[in-house]
Amino acid sequence: METINQVAPKKPKRPDDGTPAVSVENVHKSFGKQKVLNGISLSVKRGETLAVLGRSGTGKSVLLRLIIGLQQPDSGAVRIHGEDIVGLSLDDMGRIRKGMGFLFQHAALYDSLTVEQNVAFPLEHHRPEMSSAERAERVRNLLAEVGMEGSLQKMPANISGGMQKRVGLARALALDPQILLLDEPTAGLDPISSGEIDELVLKLQAEHQMASIVVTHDIHSAKTIADRLALLDKGNVVIEGTFAELQSSENEFVKNFLKYS
Amino acid sequence: MERDSTPGAGVAVPLPGATVLPGSSEEQGEPGLIMQFLEWFGDLGVFFMRVVHAAFTPPFEFRELLNQLDEIGSKSLPLVALAGGATGIVISLQARYSLTRFGAASLLPAAIVFSVIHETGPIITGLVVSGRVGAGIGAQLASMKVTEQIDAIEASAVNPYRLLAAPRIIACFLMLPLLTLAADLFGMLMGWVSQALVSPLSLQQFVTRGFKGATFNDFLPPTFKTMFFGLIIGVIACFQGMRTKGGAAGVGRAATSSVVLASLFVILADVVLVKLILILFP
Repeated sequence: METINQVAPKKPKRPDDGTPAVSVENVHKSFGKQKVLNGISLSVKRGETLAVLGRSGTGKSVLLRLIIGLQQPDSGAVRIHGEDIVGLSLDDMGRIRKGMGFLFQHAALYDSLTVEQNVAFPLEHHRPEMSSAERAERVRNLLAEVGMEGSLQKMPANISGGMQKRVGLARALALDPQILLLDEPTAGLDPISSGEIDELVLKLQAEHQMASIVVTHDIHSAKTIADRLALLDKGNVVIEGTFAELQSSENEFVKNFLKYS
Repeated sequence: MERDSTPGAGVAVPLPGATVLPGSSEEQGEPGLIMQFLEWFGDLGVFFMRVVHAAFTPPFEFRELLNQLDEIGSKSLPLVALAGGATGIVISLQARYSLTRFGAASLLPAAIVFSVIHETGPIITGLVVSGRVGAGIGAQLASMKVTEQIDAIEASAVNPYRLLAAPRIIACFLMLPLLTLAADLFGMLMGWVSQALVSPLSLQQFVTRGFKGATFNDFLPPTFKTMFFGLIIGVIACFQGMRTKGGAAGVGRAATSSVVLASLFVILADVVLVKLILILFP
Protein backbone atom coordinates (compact mmCIF):
# COMPACT_ATOMS: atom_id res chain seq x y z
CA MET A 1 0.00 0.00 0.00
CA GLU A 2 1.26 3.48 -0.83
CA THR A 3 1.78 5.79 2.08
CA ILE A 4 0.27 9.24 2.32
CA ASN A 5 3.63 10.96 2.21
CA GLN A 6 4.36 9.70 -1.29
CA VAL A 7 2.27 12.54 -2.71
CA ALA A 8 2.10 14.73 0.37
CA PRO A 9 2.39 18.44 -0.30
CA LYS A 10 5.93 19.66 0.18
CA LYS A 11 5.98 21.66 3.40
CA PRO A 12 8.91 22.35 5.69
CA LYS A 13 8.46 20.61 9.03
CA ARG A 14 8.54 22.89 12.05
CA PRO A 15 11.85 22.40 13.91
CA ASP A 16 11.44 20.83 17.35
CA ASP A 17 12.70 23.61 19.66
CA GLY A 18 11.04 22.14 22.73
CA THR A 19 7.99 24.47 22.56
CA PRO A 20 4.84 22.43 23.15
CA ALA A 21 2.80 22.00 19.98
CA VAL A 22 -0.36 22.69 22.00
CA SER A 23 -0.48 24.42 25.33
CA VAL A 24 -3.61 25.29 27.29
CA GLU A 25 -2.92 27.59 30.24
CA ASN A 26 -5.38 28.28 33.06
CA VAL A 27 -8.38 28.30 30.74
CA HIS A 28 -11.86 29.08 32.04
CA LYS A 29 -15.02 28.65 30.00
CA SER A 30 -18.64 29.04 31.04
CA PHE A 31 -21.94 28.88 29.18
CA GLY A 32 -24.30 31.18 31.02
CA LYS A 33 -23.99 30.23 34.68
CA GLN A 34 -22.67 26.77 33.88
CA LYS A 35 -18.93 26.58 34.40
CA VAL A 36 -17.50 24.01 31.96
CA LEU A 37 -13.73 24.52 32.21
CA ASN A 38 -12.29 25.78 35.45
CA GLY A 39 -8.67 26.85 35.10
CA ILE A 40 -7.51 23.86 33.08
CA SER A 41 -3.86 23.59 31.95
CA LEU A 42 -2.45 20.96 29.58
CA SER A 43 0.30 20.68 27.02
CA VAL A 44 1.25 18.26 24.26
CA LYS A 45 4.65 17.93 22.57
CA ARG A 46 5.32 17.02 18.97
CA GLY A 47 5.04 13.27 18.39
CA GLU A 48 3.06 12.77 21.60
CA THR A 49 -0.54 11.58 22.00
CA LEU A 50 -2.61 12.78 24.94
CA ALA A 51 -5.96 11.16 25.68
CA VAL A 52 -8.47 13.35 27.51
CA LEU A 53 -10.94 11.28 29.48
CA GLY A 54 -13.88 12.14 31.67
CA ARG A 55 -17.58 11.83 32.21
CA SER A 56 -20.06 13.37 29.78
CA GLY A 57 -20.38 17.13 30.18
CA THR A 58 -16.98 17.68 31.76
CA GLY A 59 -15.84 19.93 28.91
CA LYS A 60 -13.70 17.52 26.87
CA SER A 61 -15.15 18.47 23.50
CA VAL A 62 -15.25 22.16 24.49
CA LEU A 63 -11.51 21.89 25.19
CA LEU A 64 -10.89 20.65 21.64
CA ARG A 65 -13.09 23.40 20.18
CA LEU A 66 -11.08 25.99 22.12
CA ILE A 67 -7.82 24.55 20.80
CA ILE A 68 -8.97 24.81 17.18
CA GLY A 69 -10.52 28.22 17.82
CA LEU A 70 -14.15 27.32 17.17
CA GLN A 71 -14.90 28.82 20.57
CA GLN A 72 -13.10 31.40 22.67
CA PRO A 73 -12.15 30.94 26.35
CA ASP A 74 -13.45 33.39 28.95
CA SER A 75 -9.89 33.71 30.26
CA GLY A 76 -6.54 31.98 29.95
CA ALA A 77 -4.30 31.25 26.98
CA VAL A 78 -4.37 28.65 24.20
CA ARG A 79 -1.01 28.45 22.44
CA ILE A 80 -0.27 26.64 19.21
CA HIS A 81 3.50 26.28 18.71
CA GLY A 82 3.89 29.06 21.28
CA GLU A 83 1.48 31.54 19.61
CA ASP A 84 -1.55 32.58 21.65
CA ILE A 85 -4.58 32.11 19.39
CA VAL A 86 -7.18 33.69 21.68
CA GLY A 87 -8.85 36.59 19.90
CA LEU A 88 -7.21 36.01 16.52
CA SER A 89 -9.24 37.03 13.46
CA LEU A 90 -10.79 34.34 11.25
CA ASP A 91 -8.10 34.80 8.61
CA ASP A 92 -5.25 34.66 11.15
CA MET A 93 -6.84 31.63 12.73
CA GLY A 94 -7.03 30.08 9.27
CA ARG A 95 -3.24 30.33 9.00
CA ILE A 96 -2.90 28.35 12.28
CA ARG A 97 -5.58 25.83 11.33
CA LYS A 98 -3.77 24.86 8.13
CA GLY A 99 -1.36 22.98 10.40
CA MET A 100 -4.12 21.24 12.33
CA GLY A 101 -6.48 18.37 11.57
CA PHE A 102 -9.79 17.87 13.37
CA LEU A 103 -11.94 14.73 13.41
CA PHE A 104 -15.44 15.62 14.60
CA GLN A 105 -17.41 13.26 16.82
CA HIS A 106 -19.95 12.61 14.05
CA ALA A 107 -17.36 13.10 11.28
CA ALA A 108 -19.21 16.22 9.96
CA LEU A 109 -18.69 15.25 6.33
CA TYR A 110 -20.14 17.67 3.76
CA ASP A 111 -23.35 15.89 2.81
CA SER A 112 -23.59 17.43 -0.66
CA LEU A 113 -20.12 16.20 -1.65
CA THR A 114 -18.87 12.69 -2.43
CA VAL A 115 -16.29 10.96 -0.25
CA GLU A 116 -13.60 11.96 -2.76
CA GLN A 117 -14.74 15.61 -2.83
CA ASN A 118 -14.83 15.73 0.97
CA VAL A 119 -11.18 14.72 1.22
CA ALA A 120 -10.23 17.01 -1.67
CA PHE A 121 -11.93 20.03 -0.03
CA PRO A 122 -8.94 21.28 2.07
CA LEU A 123 -6.56 20.63 -0.83
CA GLU A 124 -8.70 22.64 -3.28
CA HIS A 125 -8.68 25.61 -0.92
CA HIS A 126 -5.10 25.51 0.34
CA ARG A 127 -3.00 23.75 -2.30
CA PRO A 128 -3.76 25.73 -5.48
CA GLU A 129 -0.36 24.72 -6.84
CA MET A 130 -1.47 21.07 -7.05
CA SER A 131 -2.79 19.95 -10.44
CA SER A 132 -6.11 18.07 -10.53
CA ALA A 133 -4.22 14.84 -11.23
CA GLU A 134 -1.91 15.35 -8.25
CA ARG A 135 -4.88 16.22 -6.06
CA ALA A 136 -6.81 13.16 -7.20
CA GLU A 137 -3.78 10.94 -6.53
CA ARG A 138 -3.32 12.41 -3.04
CA VAL A 139 -7.00 11.91 -2.25
CA ARG A 140 -6.83 8.29 -3.45
CA ASN A 141 -3.75 7.67 -1.29
CA LEU A 142 -5.33 9.27 1.78
CA LEU A 143 -8.45 7.16 1.34
CA ALA A 144 -6.36 4.04 0.75
CA GLU A 145 -4.50 4.76 3.98
CA VAL A 146 -7.78 4.67 5.92
CA GLY A 147 -9.13 1.70 3.95
CA MET A 148 -11.74 3.65 2.00
CA GLU A 149 -10.28 3.55 -1.50
CA GLY A 150 -13.33 1.68 -2.83
CA SER A 151 -15.82 4.39 -1.84
CA LEU A 152 -14.58 7.42 -3.77
CA GLN A 153 -17.89 8.26 -5.42
CA LYS A 154 -20.20 7.36 -2.54
CA MET A 155 -22.14 10.04 -0.69
CA PRO A 156 -21.64 10.34 3.10
CA ALA A 157 -25.27 9.32 3.73
CA ASN A 158 -24.61 6.00 1.99
CA ILE A 159 -21.72 4.82 4.19
CA SER A 160 -21.69 3.61 7.79
CA GLY A 161 -20.69 5.66 10.85
CA GLY A 162 -17.33 3.91 11.08
CA MET A 163 -16.64 4.58 7.40
CA GLN A 164 -17.62 8.22 7.86
CA LYS A 165 -15.05 8.51 10.65
CA ARG A 166 -12.39 7.01 8.39
CA VAL A 167 -13.22 9.54 5.68
CA GLY A 168 -13.23 12.32 8.30
CA LEU A 169 -9.78 11.16 9.39
CA ALA A 170 -8.53 11.20 5.79
CA ARG A 171 -9.90 14.75 5.41
CA ALA A 172 -8.22 15.81 8.68
CA LEU A 173 -4.90 14.49 7.36
CA ALA A 174 -5.20 16.06 3.90
CA LEU A 175 -2.98 19.07 4.66
CA ASP A 176 -0.38 16.92 6.45
CA PRO A 177 -1.07 18.53 9.85
CA GLN A 178 1.41 18.81 12.71
CA ILE A 179 -1.42 18.68 15.25
CA LEU A 180 -4.31 16.20 15.15
CA LEU A 181 -7.42 16.60 17.30
CA LEU A 182 -9.79 13.65 17.54
CA ASP A 183 -13.20 14.03 19.18
CA GLU A 184 -14.53 10.64 20.28
CA PRO A 185 -13.02 8.70 17.35
CA THR A 186 -14.52 5.39 18.51
CA ALA A 187 -17.85 6.56 19.96
CA GLY A 188 -20.83 4.65 18.63
CA LEU A 189 -18.72 2.06 16.82
CA ASP A 190 -18.75 -1.68 17.29
CA PRO A 191 -15.67 -3.18 19.04
CA ILE A 192 -14.07 -4.33 15.78
CA SER A 193 -14.48 -0.94 14.08
CA SER A 194 -13.21 0.76 17.26
CA GLY A 195 -10.13 -1.45 17.26
CA GLU A 196 -9.53 -0.72 13.57
CA ILE A 197 -9.77 3.03 14.16
CA ASP A 198 -7.33 2.73 17.09
CA GLU A 199 -4.85 0.82 14.93
CA LEU A 200 -5.26 3.39 12.18
CA VAL A 201 -4.57 6.28 14.57
CA LEU A 202 -1.50 4.48 15.93
CA LYS A 203 -0.18 3.82 12.41
CA LEU A 204 -0.76 7.42 11.29
CA GLN A 205 0.81 8.71 14.46
CA ALA A 206 3.92 6.59 13.87
CA GLU A 207 4.17 7.79 10.25
CA HIS A 208 3.49 11.49 10.81
CA GLN A 209 4.84 12.17 14.31
CA MET A 210 2.00 14.60 14.99
CA ALA A 211 1.02 16.04 18.34
CA SER A 212 -2.37 14.43 18.96
CA ILE A 213 -5.14 15.05 21.46
CA VAL A 214 -7.83 12.39 21.62
CA VAL A 215 -11.02 13.07 23.54
CA THR A 216 -12.70 9.82 24.47
CA HIS A 217 -14.86 7.95 26.97
CA ASP A 218 -13.20 4.72 25.93
CA ILE A 219 -10.45 3.86 28.41
CA HIS A 220 -9.33 0.85 26.33
CA SER A 221 -8.92 3.00 23.25
CA ALA A 222 -7.08 5.66 25.30
CA LYS A 223 -4.75 3.02 26.74
CA THR A 224 -3.97 1.74 23.22
CA ILE A 225 -3.27 4.99 21.40
CA ALA A 226 -2.09 7.50 24.01
CA ASP A 227 1.30 8.16 25.61
CA ARG A 228 -0.35 10.11 28.43
CA LEU A 229 -3.88 10.29 29.77
CA ALA A 230 -5.60 13.23 31.46
CA LEU A 231 -8.76 12.62 33.45
CA LEU A 232 -11.14 15.59 33.72
CA ASP A 233 -13.75 16.27 36.36
CA LYS A 234 -15.62 19.52 37.09
CA GLY A 235 -13.72 21.38 34.41
CA ASN A 236 -10.21 20.56 35.53
CA VAL A 237 -7.61 17.80 35.37
CA VAL A 238 -7.91 15.35 38.24
CA ILE A 239 -4.88 13.31 37.23
CA GLU A 240 -2.45 13.24 34.31
CA GLY A 241 0.03 10.49 33.52
CA THR A 242 0.46 7.05 32.00
CA PHE A 243 -2.22 4.40 32.29
CA ALA A 244 -0.13 2.66 34.96
CA GLU A 245 -0.01 5.88 36.98
CA LEU A 246 -3.78 6.22 36.75
CA GLN A 247 -4.18 2.63 37.91
CA SER A 248 -2.01 3.20 40.93
CA SER A 249 -3.85 6.40 41.95
CA GLU A 250 -5.60 6.46 45.31
CA ASN A 251 -7.99 9.22 44.17
CA GLU A 252 -11.57 8.01 44.65
CA PHE A 253 -12.82 9.56 41.39
CA VAL A 254 -9.98 7.99 39.39
CA LYS A 255 -10.61 4.59 40.98
CA ASN A 256 -14.34 4.82 40.23
CA PHE A 257 -13.74 5.93 36.65
CA LEU A 258 -11.40 3.00 35.98
CA LYS A 259 -13.72 0.59 37.82
CA TYR A 260 -16.77 1.41 35.67
CA SER A 261 -14.92 1.83 32.35
CA MET B 1 -16.39 32.17 14.93
CA GLU B 2 -17.86 32.72 18.38
CA ARG B 3 -21.28 31.21 18.84
CA ASP B 4 -21.85 31.25 22.55
CA SER B 5 -24.42 34.04 22.68
CA THR B 6 -27.18 33.38 20.22
CA PRO B 7 -30.47 34.31 21.83
CA GLY B 8 -33.89 33.94 20.28
CA ALA B 9 -33.70 31.57 17.34
CA GLY B 10 -31.02 29.47 18.98
CA VAL B 11 -33.08 28.19 21.90
CA ALA B 12 -34.28 24.60 21.68
CA VAL B 13 -37.93 23.98 22.53
CA PRO B 14 -38.21 21.68 25.57
CA LEU B 15 -40.49 18.67 25.38
CA PRO B 16 -43.65 18.87 27.50
CA GLY B 17 -42.84 17.86 31.06
CA ALA B 18 -39.10 18.17 30.53
CA THR B 19 -37.05 18.74 33.67
CA VAL B 20 -35.27 22.07 33.95
CA LEU B 21 -31.62 21.14 34.47
CA PRO B 22 -29.24 23.20 36.58
CA GLY B 23 -27.33 25.53 34.32
CA SER B 24 -29.78 25.21 31.42
CA SER B 25 -31.02 28.33 29.63
CA GLU B 26 -34.40 27.92 31.33
CA GLU B 27 -32.74 27.94 34.72
CA GLN B 28 -30.46 30.82 33.80
CA GLY B 29 -33.42 32.90 32.57
CA GLU B 30 -33.69 34.33 29.07
CA PRO B 31 -32.99 38.01 28.42
CA GLY B 32 -36.06 40.20 27.98
CA LEU B 33 -37.69 40.78 24.61
CA ILE B 34 -36.11 44.20 24.14
CA MET B 35 -32.68 42.82 25.01
CA GLN B 36 -33.20 39.91 22.59
CA PHE B 37 -34.26 42.36 19.88
CA LEU B 38 -31.19 44.57 20.46
CA GLU B 39 -28.86 41.55 20.62
CA TRP B 40 -30.33 40.24 17.36
CA PHE B 41 -29.60 43.54 15.62
CA GLY B 42 -26.12 43.68 17.15
CA ASP B 43 -25.33 40.14 16.01
CA LEU B 44 -26.77 40.93 12.57
CA GLY B 45 -24.47 43.97 12.31
CA VAL B 46 -21.40 41.94 13.28
CA PHE B 47 -22.40 39.20 10.83
CA PHE B 48 -22.85 41.73 8.01
CA MET B 49 -19.45 43.33 8.64
CA ARG B 50 -17.78 39.91 8.57
CA VAL B 51 -19.50 39.08 5.27
CA VAL B 52 -18.48 42.44 3.74
CA HIS B 53 -14.87 41.87 4.83
CA ALA B 54 -14.91 38.31 3.47
CA ALA B 55 -16.54 39.39 0.19
CA PHE B 56 -13.93 42.04 -0.59
CA THR B 57 -10.76 40.20 0.44
CA PRO B 58 -9.16 37.34 -1.50
CA PRO B 59 -9.43 34.46 -2.13
CA PHE B 60 -12.69 35.00 -4.00
CA GLU B 61 -15.12 32.11 -4.34
CA PHE B 62 -16.12 32.65 -8.00
CA ARG B 63 -17.18 29.05 -8.58
CA GLU B 64 -19.55 29.11 -5.62
CA LEU B 65 -20.87 32.50 -6.80
CA LEU B 66 -21.69 31.02 -10.22
CA ASN B 67 -23.47 28.09 -8.54
CA GLN B 68 -25.53 30.50 -6.47
CA LEU B 69 -26.34 32.76 -9.43
CA ASP B 70 -27.81 29.67 -11.09
CA GLU B 71 -29.50 28.41 -7.93
CA ILE B 72 -31.00 31.77 -6.95
CA GLY B 73 -31.46 33.34 -10.39
CA SER B 74 -32.19 30.74 -13.07
CA LYS B 75 -34.12 28.40 -10.80
CA SER B 76 -36.33 31.20 -9.45
CA LEU B 77 -37.21 32.43 -12.94
CA PRO B 78 -40.25 30.18 -13.64
CA LEU B 79 -41.83 30.97 -10.27
CA VAL B 80 -41.21 34.72 -10.59
CA ALA B 81 -42.53 34.75 -14.18
CA LEU B 82 -45.66 32.87 -13.10
CA ALA B 83 -46.27 35.18 -10.15
CA GLY B 84 -45.64 38.25 -12.32
CA GLY B 85 -47.99 36.97 -15.02
CA ALA B 86 -50.76 36.22 -12.51
CA THR B 87 -50.37 39.68 -10.99
CA GLY B 88 -50.63 41.25 -14.44
CA ILE B 89 -53.94 39.46 -15.02
CA VAL B 90 -55.30 40.57 -11.63
CA ILE B 91 -54.27 44.20 -12.21
CA SER B 92 -55.86 44.10 -15.65
CA LEU B 93 -59.16 42.72 -14.29
CA GLN B 94 -59.30 45.13 -11.35
CA ALA B 95 -58.19 48.20 -13.32
CA ARG B 96 -60.68 47.49 -16.12
CA TYR B 97 -63.51 47.37 -13.61
CA SER B 98 -62.45 50.61 -11.86
CA LEU B 99 -61.47 52.61 -14.95
CA THR B 100 -64.61 51.64 -16.87
CA ARG B 101 -66.73 52.92 -13.97
CA PHE B 102 -65.02 56.31 -14.24
CA GLY B 103 -65.07 56.40 -18.05
CA ALA B 104 -61.31 56.06 -18.40
CA ALA B 105 -61.03 52.61 -20.00
CA SER B 106 -58.59 53.94 -22.60
CA LEU B 107 -56.03 54.42 -19.79
CA LEU B 108 -56.02 50.70 -19.02
CA PRO B 109 -52.70 49.87 -20.81
CA ALA B 110 -50.93 52.71 -18.98
CA ALA B 111 -52.47 51.64 -15.67
CA ILE B 112 -51.20 48.09 -16.17
CA VAL B 113 -47.71 49.13 -17.30
CA PHE B 114 -47.19 51.70 -14.55
CA SER B 115 -48.57 49.46 -11.80
CA VAL B 116 -46.37 46.60 -12.86
CA ILE B 117 -43.06 48.43 -13.33
CA HIS B 118 -43.48 50.85 -10.40
CA GLU B 119 -44.56 48.50 -7.68
CA THR B 120 -46.11 45.12 -8.26
CA GLY B 121 -43.25 43.65 -10.32
CA PRO B 122 -40.54 44.58 -7.78
CA ILE B 123 -42.51 43.69 -4.65
CA ILE B 124 -43.89 40.43 -6.03
CA THR B 125 -40.35 39.43 -7.04
CA GLY B 126 -39.05 40.35 -3.59
CA LEU B 127 -41.70 38.32 -1.81
CA VAL B 128 -41.49 35.29 -4.11
CA VAL B 129 -37.70 35.19 -3.78
CA SER B 130 -38.01 35.68 0.00
CA GLY B 131 -40.17 32.56 0.10
CA ARG B 132 -38.22 30.35 -2.25
CA VAL B 133 -34.65 31.45 -1.71
CA GLY B 134 -34.96 32.65 1.90
CA ALA B 135 -36.33 29.31 3.05
CA GLY B 136 -33.81 27.40 0.95
CA ILE B 137 -30.75 29.27 2.20
CA GLY B 138 -32.00 29.33 5.80
CA ALA B 139 -32.71 25.59 5.88
CA GLN B 140 -29.53 24.60 4.03
CA LEU B 141 -27.16 26.62 6.21
CA ALA B 142 -29.03 25.66 9.39
CA SER B 143 -28.75 22.00 8.47
CA MET B 144 -25.02 22.45 7.87
CA LYS B 145 -24.70 24.25 11.20
CA VAL B 146 -26.43 21.64 13.34
CA THR B 147 -24.46 18.80 11.73
CA GLU B 148 -21.19 20.70 12.38
CA GLN B 149 -20.44 21.03 8.66
CA ILE B 150 -19.90 24.79 9.05
CA ASP B 151 -17.51 24.09 11.94
CA ALA B 152 -15.75 21.55 9.70
CA ILE B 153 -15.34 24.22 7.00
CA GLU B 154 -13.85 26.57 9.58
CA ALA B 155 -11.64 23.82 11.02
CA SER B 156 -10.34 23.25 7.48
CA ALA B 157 -9.06 26.86 7.57
CA VAL B 158 -11.74 28.06 5.14
CA ASN B 159 -13.71 31.19 6.07
CA PRO B 160 -17.40 30.16 6.09
CA TYR B 161 -18.50 33.75 5.60
CA ARG B 162 -16.45 33.84 2.40
CA LEU B 163 -17.48 30.40 1.15
CA LEU B 164 -21.14 30.21 2.21
CA ALA B 165 -22.59 33.63 3.02
CA ALA B 166 -20.90 36.06 0.61
CA PRO B 167 -21.72 34.17 -2.65
CA ARG B 168 -25.36 33.72 -1.63
CA ILE B 169 -25.81 37.35 -0.65
CA ILE B 170 -24.04 38.68 -3.77
CA ALA B 171 -26.13 36.35 -5.94
CA CYS B 172 -29.35 37.64 -4.34
CA PHE B 173 -28.15 41.23 -4.80
CA LEU B 174 -27.37 40.73 -8.50
CA MET B 175 -30.28 38.48 -9.44
CA LEU B 176 -33.21 40.41 -7.97
CA PRO B 177 -33.21 43.18 -10.65
CA LEU B 178 -32.98 40.59 -13.43
CA LEU B 179 -35.81 38.56 -11.93
CA THR B 180 -37.81 41.78 -11.57
CA LEU B 181 -37.42 42.40 -15.29
CA ALA B 182 -38.87 38.95 -15.92
CA ALA B 183 -41.78 39.63 -13.53
CA ASP B 184 -42.40 43.01 -15.21
CA LEU B 185 -42.32 41.46 -18.68
CA PHE B 186 -44.68 38.61 -17.86
CA GLY B 187 -46.93 40.93 -15.83
CA MET B 188 -47.37 43.34 -18.76
CA LEU B 189 -47.71 40.49 -21.25
CA MET B 190 -50.42 38.73 -19.28
CA GLY B 191 -52.09 42.09 -18.57
CA TRP B 192 -52.32 42.61 -22.32
CA VAL B 193 -53.59 39.05 -22.91
CA SER B 194 -56.23 39.54 -20.25
CA GLN B 195 -57.35 42.81 -21.82
CA ALA B 196 -57.17 41.51 -25.39
CA LEU B 197 -59.51 38.63 -24.51
CA VAL B 198 -62.21 41.14 -23.48
CA SER B 199 -61.73 43.85 -26.12
CA PRO B 200 -59.48 43.43 -29.17
CA LEU B 201 -56.21 45.34 -28.76
CA SER B 202 -52.96 44.54 -30.58
CA LEU B 203 -49.73 44.18 -28.60
CA GLN B 204 -48.30 47.16 -30.50
CA GLN B 205 -51.26 49.35 -29.49
CA PHE B 206 -50.96 48.15 -25.91
CA VAL B 207 -47.26 49.01 -25.79
CA THR B 208 -47.73 52.38 -27.48
CA ARG B 209 -50.51 53.42 -25.10
CA GLY B 210 -48.94 51.82 -22.06
CA PHE B 211 -45.54 53.45 -22.38
CA LYS B 212 -46.84 56.85 -23.54
CA GLY B 213 -45.12 59.45 -21.37
CA ALA B 214 -42.95 56.85 -19.61
CA THR B 215 -39.32 57.75 -18.91
CA PHE B 216 -36.31 55.86 -17.60
CA ASN B 217 -37.08 57.34 -14.19
CA ASP B 218 -40.29 55.32 -14.19
CA PHE B 219 -38.40 52.15 -14.90
CA LEU B 220 -34.84 52.18 -13.54
CA PRO B 221 -35.23 53.22 -9.87
CA PRO B 222 -38.01 50.71 -9.09
CA THR B 223 -36.01 47.95 -10.78
CA PHE B 224 -32.72 48.73 -9.07
CA LYS B 225 -34.35 49.13 -5.67
CA THR B 226 -34.79 45.36 -5.72
CA MET B 227 -31.02 45.06 -5.22
CA PHE B 228 -31.74 46.14 -1.64
CA PHE B 229 -34.46 43.50 -1.43
CA GLY B 230 -31.86 40.93 -2.55
CA LEU B 231 -29.40 42.17 0.04
CA ILE B 232 -32.03 41.91 2.78
CA ILE B 233 -33.12 38.40 1.73
CA GLY B 234 -29.55 37.11 1.43
CA VAL B 235 -28.26 38.62 4.67
CA ILE B 236 -31.23 37.58 6.81
CA ALA B 237 -31.43 34.04 5.41
CA CYS B 238 -27.68 33.44 5.82
CA PHE B 239 -27.68 35.00 9.30
CA GLN B 240 -30.64 32.96 10.53
CA GLY B 241 -29.19 29.78 9.05
CA MET B 242 -25.66 30.19 10.39
CA ARG B 243 -26.73 31.03 13.96
CA THR B 244 -29.11 28.09 14.37
CA LYS B 245 -28.96 25.66 17.27
CA GLY B 246 -31.11 22.75 18.31
CA GLY B 247 -31.18 19.97 15.70
CA ALA B 248 -34.12 19.41 13.37
CA ALA B 249 -36.31 21.86 15.28
CA GLY B 250 -33.63 24.51 14.84
CA VAL B 251 -33.52 23.90 11.09
CA GLY B 252 -37.29 24.35 10.87
CA ARG B 253 -37.14 27.53 12.93
CA ALA B 254 -34.33 28.93 10.78
CA ALA B 255 -36.25 28.28 7.55
CA THR B 256 -39.44 29.82 8.90
CA SER B 257 -37.77 32.83 10.48
CA SER B 258 -35.74 33.46 7.32
CA VAL B 259 -38.90 33.71 5.22
CA VAL B 260 -40.92 35.70 7.75
CA LEU B 261 -38.17 38.20 8.59
CA ALA B 262 -36.97 38.59 5.00
CA SER B 263 -40.53 39.22 3.75
CA LEU B 264 -41.22 41.66 6.56
CA PHE B 265 -38.01 43.61 6.02
CA VAL B 266 -38.55 43.66 2.24
CA ILE B 267 -41.97 45.28 2.75
CA LEU B 268 -40.59 47.76 5.30
CA ALA B 269 -37.65 48.61 3.03
CA ASP B 270 -40.09 49.12 0.16
CA VAL B 271 -41.90 51.82 2.13
CA VAL B 272 -38.65 53.73 2.65
CA LEU B 273 -37.33 53.14 -0.88
CA VAL B 274 -40.59 54.24 -2.57
CA LYS B 275 -40.51 57.50 -0.59
CA LEU B 276 -36.82 58.02 -1.46
CA ILE B 277 -37.48 57.37 -5.16
CA LEU B 278 -40.35 59.85 -5.18
CA ILE B 279 -38.08 62.47 -3.62
CA LEU B 280 -34.98 61.78 -5.76
CA PHE B 281 -36.76 61.05 -9.08
CA PRO B 282 -39.85 63.28 -9.02
